[in-house]
Amino acid sequence: MLLTNVEHIPGKQISEHYGLVSGSTVRAKHVGRDFMAGLKNIVGGELKGYTELLTDARQQATARMVEQAEALGANAVINIRFSTSSVAQGAAEIYVYGSAVRVEA
Amino acid sequence: MELIINIGLPVSLIFLAMVTGTLLEKRHFQDIRAREATLNRIPLLVGKDYPQDARVADARLVQGSVVVSVDHFKRFLAGLENIFGGEVRSYCSLMDRGRREALLRMKEQWTQADLIVNVRIETSSISKGSKRGKGQTIGSTEVLAYGTAIRFVQPETHENRP
Repeated sequence: MLLTNVEHIPGKQISEHYGLVSGSTVRAKHVGRDFMAGLKNIVGGELKGYTELLTDARQQATARMVEQAEALGANAVINIRFSTSSVAQGAAEIYVYGSAVRVEA
Repeated sequence: MELIINIGLPVSLIFLAMVTGTLLEKRHFQDIRAREATLNRIPLLVGKDYPQDARVADARLVQGSVVVSVDHFKRFLAGLENIFGGEVRSYCSLMDRGRREALLRMKEQWTQADLIVNVRIETSSISKGSKRGKGQTIGSTEVLAYGTAIRFVQPETHENRP
């Protein structure tokens, strides 16, 4: 599966469009991570627990989008956008969307 | 005795945060500069255009993200700066750190790339509203950078190249 965030796949021809595909996940941070982040917060710097959490969430959202695209018979997703919103305190929604297309090999 | 605990503890905590926080930040910036020097050969473009005469070998989505927070001392400083308004300098370096780190992680995902087009940088405050202890909020931010990395077909001979 080819993924890009421009309107085409560089170096390839698009032969068919399948429309919008998307994937999302809502993740909450757990108490242990919150506690560690609170400690790390004293000296500042990267909060690795949160970075991991969001990276995992984004990977899962992308995987769901790819699954949807595969079901449609696409072999690439173009024009991908990421968006994050907080639905409740301590929980974030990660949303990934793009256009499913078929490109010539 | 109670006075010492009530005042001494927060002050020593802020002092500890100042020393370690400043040290850690300096080390992080050193690390960022060193990695930037090695990855400088990959240009980043905000636009979507790339040289059309070059043949594309491969293209893929790359992304990098990081969550960073300020130390207690800087948060204390920011509180003071808040009284007078104006630029909050102690948070500027935080944003700078986050953005540069996210861009570097994006580049490190595929170091063979020749160019990254349509680079987007997104910033979000993930701990908005989440409180820690005595009503303090965590001054942290998430930076996500993503783009389309392109690798061109490499010329077979390098004789014609300067």
